[in-house]
Amino acid sequence: MKNQAKRISDLLSPRQQRNWDWRAATNFIAGGAGGGLLLFVSIAGLEPDVARAAILLGLGLIAAGLTCVWFEIGRPWRALNVYRHFATSWMTREAVAALVLFAAGGMALLTVQPLFVVLTGILGLAFLYSQARILAANKGIPAWRHPRSVSLMVATGLTEGGGFLACVLAMASSTADVRLLAGLIALIVIRAFFWKMYLGGLIADGAPDGALKVLRDIDSKFVLFGHILPVLAIVAVLAGMPGRAGLVFVAGILVVAGGWSVKYALVRRAAFTQGLALLHLPARGRGPAGPAAKPGWKPISGTGVG
Amino acid sequence: MTRYVMTIDLRRCVGCQTCIAACKGANATPPGVQWRRVLDLETGEFPDVRRTFLPMACMHCANPPCEEVCPTKATTRRADGLVAIDYDLCIGCANCVMACPFDARSIVHEAHFSYGDQPMPSEATGFDPARIAVSMKCTFCKDRIDEAAVTGRMPGVHPEVTPACVNSCISGAMEFGDIEDPRSNVSRLLGETRHFRMHEELGTEPGVYYIWDQP
Repeated sequence: MKNQAKRISDLLSPRQQRNWDWRAATNFIAGGAGGGLLLFVSIAGLEPDVARAAILLGLGLIAAGLTCVWFEIGRPWRALNVYRHFATSWMTREAVAALVLFAAGGMALLTVQPLFVVLTGILGLAFLYSQARILAANKGIPAWRHPRSVSLMVATGLTEGGGFLACVLAMASSTADVRLLAGLIALIVIRAFFWKMYLGGLIADGAPDGALKVLRDIDSKFVLFGHILPVLAIVAVLAGMPGRAGLVFVAGILVVAGGWSVKYALVRRAAFTQGLALLHLPARGRGPAGPAAKPGWKPISGTGVG
Repeated sequence: MTRYVMTIDLRRCVGCQTCIAACKGANATPPGVQWRRVLDLETGEFPDVRRTFLPMACMHCANPPCEEVCPTKATTRRADGLVAIDYDLCIGCANCVMACPFDARSIVHEAHFSYGDQPMPSEATGFDPARIAVSMKCTFCKDRIDEAAVTGRMPGVHPEVTPACVNSCISGAMEFGDIEDPRSNVSRLLGETRHFRMHEELGTEPGVYYIWDQP
């Protein structure tokens, strides 16, 4: 009885969601990076062997994410219902994009024909965009449904893809030319911009206190390790510092790790539910009606809600 | 066009939780899962404090976000306004659980009973293995609503075709009926009182109205 009462009281305020664990988070973490990587492989004009390695990595990341999420769903053997009972949800679109992506990616791996490589890249972007929209469609989680979460998820997926490409080039001892490195810096700056836009928007528009605390706590680390240090490493490479391949690799890893940590925080730790809100407390007995109540949220000026 | 909705008079609810018990009895929900809940909210600071009882369940929204995100069409909105789940189509991805701003849905991955692995006779009667590892929530007792379409009885008027929670409410706080029918009890109540719907700013158009005062 005591436990039951505790559970009910838990529902008064926003609480961390408990249904999507690390397996679901892995789908967004690995899948998004894989989609971004495939896009950049399609436009980077890589040597065939390097392109094959990068495509294999991109497909592997997406496959790993989907496999993890397959282990999470309650009825995994019904997964094909997504195709058999076709809906218009973004999860359906993600599944369709993945199916076509693996077909095109398989052909790209075998032939390295530009047509298949480019098609794989476009589908990788479609997969990444679908994932961003899956989160944003969930109205029950304020940190996800914020309209700026889409641009953040796409930006970080693309940046992680650029980071992985830098790693692949460094490991293959292939030359990451100035344009690629400048492009990676541009991606890092764009991601930082969208991160700040997202966080600022979420604070301005309101979100559960718990979600804001998690995101504020990771802000400075994300900016430092995911943005400032990789940019410094790339600038050092461009300035001609020795150890070029190692620096590019480290920059790529930092970019990827930063993106993955923020996505994990977003999907798991900052995913607080909406909670309840009463626009008016009821009039009881002879007393008047009471003010609004919204436990777990900061008061919003002018509304009296808080 | 029929749209079944529920009205809950917050002035009348005494927090007895009889509706919770009635729901569990009617739907045999597993331990720890309550399709209907009554939240006990304390607000204010001494000496100006208030206690409010807030019955919550699926709001059967007109624009349900759970339906929008369902990848298999397992969740659908019926013509009469009820949001229903086809347990045989659901894959248990929990996307709808995340999409619901009312925390109305839950997934239970293994069969649990009140006293160990074996169900009590009452639990065995209502146990539905199709509900394991898929999304579930309040149905507005849709079997009763479907029966009304066959028998011609009126939900909200005749207890046999009215949700169990509404029938059980000892203070008459809960009413059920067709909001499109101007003669229904819910239309009359909503015309006579001040009310709101929760999280209306999210655009889901909930089908549960909370009454809080006289005009």
